[in-house]
Amino acid sequence: MCVTCGCSDDSDVRLTDLRTGNTMILNPPHEHTHDGHTHTHGHPHDHEHGHTHQHAKGTVVSLEQQVLARNDQWAERVRGWLAGRAVLALNLVSSPGAGKTTLLERTIRDLAEEMPFSVIEGDQQTLRDAERIQATGCPVVQINTGTACHLDASMTARALQQLDPHQNSVVMIENVGNLVCPALFDLGERAKVVIASVTEGDDKPIKYPHMFRASEVMILNKIDLLPHVPFDVDRCLEFARQVNPRLRIIPLSATRRDNLAEWYDWLRAQWAGRTELQESLA
Amino acid sequence: MHELGIAQEIIAIVTERAGIARVTRVVLEVGKHALILPDSIQFCFGLCAEGTSAEGAKLEILEVPGRALCRACGAEVALEEPFGTCVCGSTDLQWLTGDEIKIKEMEVI
Repeated sequence: MCVTCGCSDDSDVRLTDLRTGNTMILNPPHEHTHDGHTHTHGHPHDHEHGHTHQHAKGTVVSLEQQVLARNDQWAERVRGWLAGRAVLALNLVSSPGAGKTTLLERTIRDLAEEMPFSVIEGDQQTLRDAERIQATGCPVVQINTGTACHLDASMTARALQQLDPHQNSVVMIENVGNLVCPALFDLGERAKVVIASVTEGDDKPIKYPHMFRASEVMILNKIDLLPHVPFDVDRCLEFARQVNPRLRIIPLSATRRDNLAEWYDWLRAQWAGRTELQESLA
Repeated sequence: MHELGIAQEIIAIVTERAGIARVTRVVLEVGKHALILPDSIQFCFGLCAEGTSAEGAKLEILEVPGRALCRACGAEVALEEPFGTCVCGSTDLQWLTGDEIKIKEMEVI
């Protein structure tokens, strides 16, 4: 499954393991399109592929198939794989420059003794973010999506295979900086965490409502800069709650360490609940 | 930007299901607040169909209005925007329709 941007056809998706420095080309996005006929939706012709005798001239065939179904199937496989290992996975999304990597660096350094982290970095190009994460001592793989604007669940699956996270650990997935497309793609994560910052417009939640609706937590980063920017916090929070009244909103500054405790408490609660699915399956 | 990928996926699904038959028409249901542009999908669909058994197929797009259930009072709310407010004042809504991207049916010969 690769409902990546079509424009990625001519540019490979690459996976780099920072521990070895090895880079591999992930399967060309559509090579696996015809793998496995796992049509679970009700359709009378499920077993008839390739048989034209079912298709008289101008026959209408009912499909009722979600276009993103293959991504969702991959996401469920990933979710099961993670649950089996009691691994908590979070999908960090934001526009470019909101501070995802800085927040990750800070979080890993502060909490590494409480919970082992590993990281999947998503960027169109370069290993720069992965190198920053590697400097914290944390295992990291980098997916370079080429021209594609988001990660999808099949990329996550390949990255996890390579990363091979420890049982009872946390995998942070830093998505490509983009507030649009990543909202469509379930990566198999426990939750999406959207990061906004006060150097952006305070109307981001209502301009990109899908992402704020898909997320469970919104971090409002860079609050140390509030005295210097025309950002109305109340207005931003009002927009965010209008789009998603269940959104947990945590204002903080990753660089000045303001209010990190609230974010860490939320993470600890997720960490404590990581075995819930495993127990419910037992 | 992602419409070309979505169009590729639609072509992959319909041509796979059609087997060696030719696809002449595809009906797509797109929610009013789904994250894709119908014009862009039309354009990309034609491009992606070239050289496949769906080449020349017509793409019909049916817009599905947005509807939600209010989690506070249970009333149904029409979603004119990708968010809304119930008459009871609650914005805690469970979406029923409006964000789907679904292939409803296709015609093959």
